[in-house]
Amino acid sequence: MADNKFAAYICSGCGLGDQLDVKTLEKIAQKEGKMQVVKSHSFLCNAEGVQMIKDDIANEAVTHVCIAACSRRAKTEAFHFPTAAMSRANLREGVLWVVAAGEAHDEVRQEMANDYVRMGCAELKKMKLPEGNPDKAHSKRVLVVGGGMSGLTAAFEAAEAGYETVLVEKQAQLGGWAAKLWKRVPFKAPYTEPQDTGLAELAAKVGSHPLIKVHLNSRLAETSGAPGRFAVKIAQESGAVTEETVGSIVQATGFTGYDIARLPELGGGQANVVDQAGLEAMAMAANGATIKRVDGKEVKSVVFLQCAGQRDDSGKHLSYCSGHCCATSIKQAMYFKNANPAIDTAIMYQDLRVPGMGEDFYRSAQEKGVTFTKGKATGVESSGDGCKVSFRDLILDEETSINADLVVLATGQVPTAGVELDAWTQLTSEADGGSADAKQKKVEMEKVSILNLTYRQGPDLPQFKHGFADSHFICFPYETRRTGIYAAGPVRRPMDMLQATDDATGAALKAIQAVENASLGRAAHPRSGDLSFPQVRLEGCTQCKRCTVECPFGAIDEDEKRFPVFNEQRCRRCGTCMGACPVRVISFENYSVDTVGSQIKAVDMPDEFSERPRILILACENDAYPALDMAGLSRTVYSAFVRIIPVRCLGSVNTIWITDALNSGFDGVMMMGCKKGDDYQCHFVKGSELAHYRMSKIGDTLTQLGLEPERVVTQEVAITDNQRVVTLINDYVAQINELGMSPMKGFN
Amino acid sequence: MSNANVQANLSNLARYQNNFLREVEERVEEGHMVKMCMQCGVCAGSCPFGPDWEHSPQKIFMMIRAGKREEVLGSDSMFMCTSCYNCIVRCPRELPITHIMHGLANYAHRLGLAPKGQPTRVFATMFWNNLTKKGRVNELTLTLGLYFKDGLVSGIKTALGMQSIGLAMLLAKRLNPMEIFGGHGVKDLKGFHAIVAKAKEIEDRKKGFTA
Amino acid sequence: MAKKEYAFYPGCSSQLKASASNYLVSTNAMCKALDVKLTEIPDWNCCGASVGYCEGGELPRIAINARNFAQAETHLPGQDIVATCAACWLGARESKERLDASSQLMKETNEALAAAGLHYKGEVNIRHMVEVLIEDFGYDELKKPMKKSLEGIKFAGYVGCQTNRPFGIDGESFENPLYLDKMVETFGGEALTSYDQKVACCGGALAFSEPEKSQKQIRDIVESAYDHGAEMIVTPCPLCQANVEVYQSEINKKQGTKLNMPVLYYSQLMTIAYGGSAKEAGLNGQLIRAEKLERIAGK
Repeated sequence: MADNKFAAYICSGCGLGDQLDVKTLEKIAQKEGKMQVVKSHSFLCNAEGVQMIKDDIANEAVTHVCIAACSRRAKTEAFHFPTAAMSRANLREGVLWVVAAGEAHDEVRQEMANDYVRMGCAELKKMKLPEGNPDKAHSKRVLVVGGGMSGLTAAFEAAEAGYETVLVEKQAQLGGWAAKLWKRVPFKAPYTEPQDTGLAELAAKVGSHPLIKVHLNSRLAETSGAPGRFAVKIAQESGAVTEETVGSIVQATGFTGYDIARLPELGGGQANVVDQAGLEAMAMAANGATIKRVDGKEVKSVVFLQCAGQRDDSGKHLSYCSGHCCATSIKQAMYFKNANPAIDTAIMYQDLRVPGMGEDFYRSAQEKGVTFTKGKATGVESSGDGCKVSFRDLILDEETSINADLVVLATGQVPTAGVELDAWTQLTSEADGGSADAKQKKVEMEKVSILNLTYRQGPDLPQFKHGFADSHFICFPYETRRTGIYAAGPVRRPMDMLQATDDATGAALKAIQAVENASLGRAAHPRSGDLSFPQVRLEGCTQCKRCTVECPFGAIDEDEKRFPVFNEQRCRRCGTCMGACPVRVISFENYSVDTVGSQIKAVDMPDEFSERPRILILACENDAYPALDMAGLSRTVYSAFVRIIPVRCLGSVNTIWITDALNSGFDGVMMMGCKKGDDYQCHFVKGSELAHYRMSKIGDTLTQLGLEPERVVTQEVAITDNQRVVTLINDYVAQINELGMSPMKGFN
Repeated sequence: MSNANVQANLSNLARYQNNFLREVEERVEEGHMVKMCMQCGVCAGSCPFGPDWEHSPQKIFMMIRAGKREEVLGSDSMFMCTSCYNCIVRCPRELPITHIMHGLANYAHRLGLAPKGQPTRVFATMFWNNLTKKGRVNELTLTLGLYFKDGLVSGIKTALGMQSIGLAMLLAKRLNPMEIFGGHGVKDLKGFHAIVAKAKEIEDRKKGFTA
Repeated sequence: MAKKEYAFYPGCSSQLKASASNYLVSTNAMCKALDVKLTEIPDWNCCGASVGYCEGGELPRIAINARNFAQAETHLPGQDIVATCAACWLGARESKERLDASSQLMKETNEALAAAGLHYKGEVNIRHMVEVLIEDFGYDELKKPMKKSLEGIKFAGYVGCQTNRPFGIDGESFENPLYLDKMVETFGGEALTSYDQKVACCGGALAFSEPEKSQKQIRDIVESAYDHGAEMIVTPCPLCQANVEVYQSEINKKQGTKLNMPVLYYSQLMTIAYGGSAKEAGLNGQLIRAEKLERIAGK
């Protein structure tokens, strides 16, 4: 391999040359940064400037490029040199635009720029050009689990896009929940009448599609591997097992209805009280004629009770809204009205929720004479030939009742998401500790598994809230916390059929993206296209398991000796493992303990009498760093005493960086990451949470160093906080000034 | 309206059984729109006399659906409508709420179920009778009529109370004392009366009113 | 020859010695300045007003309006019907729209009209005077005959209800129509555009039957005008004008307030701006004299 050749390019455009001494920057890059080539340009991102760099790469064998110009988030197309490793020193958004104007600030402004050039060069020295995961995985087949509306749609869409698809359905026929429906809520204009489900046509298209292979009466007995190389064992009811290799998985395992037997207070269990699925069966039997009860009597009056066992705050039933039930009841009321307008149909609701074009459907039902009563049912008892529904009228504010031949309970969706991993993890640790009872329970629990993943972190997708296999990947639906496995339809969150088909289409596209990325050795969302991947020096590993436990995506398994086994295709490149590793053996080619550590050490540290503190900010590149850039864009001034280093995720912050910073004389360290907790906004799920946790343990270290706990702080920052970040910085600088300079200055 | 007529009108309603909504739909002006209310309550919050309504339009619509016939038709709520049309322009379902309130008030009035002596009911009746008498409104007789609606003594009191206004209006040539002897009117009064009578006859026939 | 001709529907309150006679006087002067010819609909009758609902019912109210339409259609063919009164405009336009929408109603209405030998073909167009001014002339055109500026007077533009809802003027917002303000500004006056009682209800006909409730509305309307620094209220509606002006003394008497805010019609402002005398503008018809306006008229 050819020798590395380092070059720094300093831009004097955008006013940088007016406010900064570029000659000094050049000198620093050369002397301190040890760059072999140093050039400045008055407009580096224009064609001429870019050509200059390209020429150096091509003719001068430059392998490493430090761009000292604007933020790494700006001009990414101009500064795109795929054959060179690159670092960016942020002189524009990070210095020029945020340091107060005027001569009085010339000195601190120049100091800040000098440091960013030092840091850019230091980082570059430790970087390698990412070469991509050599272990490329080539299966581009998509596995769809579940043959209902969502699964059929996902399979069909993937196949239509040209990807071979394997569909696994546990029943003897395709259709799932949709097969139980007489009609569906309208999904096409004018949204006024129930429509055919269209299931038969879709199932036929899937059944005859040359790229789709359907396994009926089947379940997944085992799923191992990673995106691009999943190995699945498909077990038929008969016991026969087929093995398939697939590149990605769409889990569309749907839901079951909440059991009305658990709602005796609303008449669950009575002969003339059914759930929505029960009513669909009656409508199927009636085949368009007037619906009859079990006793054969034609229904002349029907009451629908919305939110039955849903939106419950007593803790007894489902606490959430299932989204589809209002429209479904409206549809079912129309079954009656369309057969005979004289049938009394009342829908009793607390809040009518009809998303999408449902408002038109609701209006259509009102026009047909379906009565909507805002009320809360308190009891259903059998009365005479039918039922008496007692309720509180929420508009007229009174207790009253209504009689009906039939009562329909709009119960909610319960996701079919498989094993709940927290409980499973608990049982696993008890079982590992030797509990026979836990072992038995674990075997029982695993019977409901959908995927039967062989992952260290459990057999199914992690569940988010209420047992749904969602990820709260803000802005990124379908994403789960298992790379290459996408959830679609009501298993992900409660939804109606139209949303489920949209969901399935989106998940199919995600699945396609995943196999394509895996085949090129690249990362999937959110660092899509990233060629770097974690590399580990196993000889230094102490088998502490922190990386395998903390990886938010279950990417790391353990071998029999408890060494980590990295499945690069499952990795999202967040660096959480790198942040976790106490012996620092995990790194990426262009992002490592050294690339950041060397930047920290490169900062020129004024002495303790200078009255110029230095504060290190480790800012998450997803939200905090853009917010800081935007502060610059809006020319909001913040303290020139901070030095900001972007990190992939706060989860990747290794505590050694904090120690290094404090040791080298930084007066304070602030970490800026995404929101943690139940409503997390962390792009890597747990990174922000883990960083907070790790920093809470750093107190001892600080005490040993004789430092106050305030010297290290962690803040949650959203991408919209461009003004707040400024306040956070300035307040913290003021706080550090109050505290006084770090006593650690001058020790190294 | 005679008692017999009231009974006859009521017996016409037997076919509605307990379905007050259907009755309203068929017999009340714009009543077919009642079912379209989605109970958002914007009307109640938009009414200038809102706090003075025993039942807001929103509640009246709910009461109709709940079959509370006597409570609705016996209510003075609808007579609180100032015809400001705020509810109409704000209703997200575009219910002609003002017209429905008018329609319900008219219906209750015609059935003799509206509250007796309700001031707006009295005034509105006087207004119509006043305008149909001559084809145009006689502001003086209308005003005086209102003051004396509760009898002579109270009428003199009210009139005296409002004397300064009347006098000022008089001086400003905006009230004509000679109107008491007739005042403005249409020339073809016979034709005008014939139109009103015929229209009433058609409407009564259509809605099944005996008188 | 007059530039523009309209079939005029003055309405009961605008008659001689009626409560809005000053509206009629000033309208005539304003139209003269604008070269507009208004011809009264022969033998017009009352619109029924909103409050006619109770005894009148639906069809009789529509039928009496249709009587006016039939007269206009026959005697003033091709001319738009123009009303100055908000209730007349609303009653007529509502009737017209219902007749347009229902052939059944049209049939029944004509059955009633036939009793007087009349027939309505369904061809009239109903306008408010303000619509004529804004749509047929426009603010720039209205400014042309201006002789005097209303400079130095602060006006609260009180649009009220029925000239605003449900039909609206010139597509303006129901919640914050600006046409009165624009008219005031056209003639040099200062428009208090943020006047917050702009579209509040004065109680309408319920000023008679529910005086206390209505006077609460009226007090708010006048006090808010004071709060915004207004010297006068200007309105397009005769009932608004009458209620808001007439009851101020009553409210003062009962509640100890000192309300004394002149309430004028836009047509009075325009007559003065067009150089008309106080008498031509009907300023002698004010219960609360608009002295500042009188001074401009006298210049």
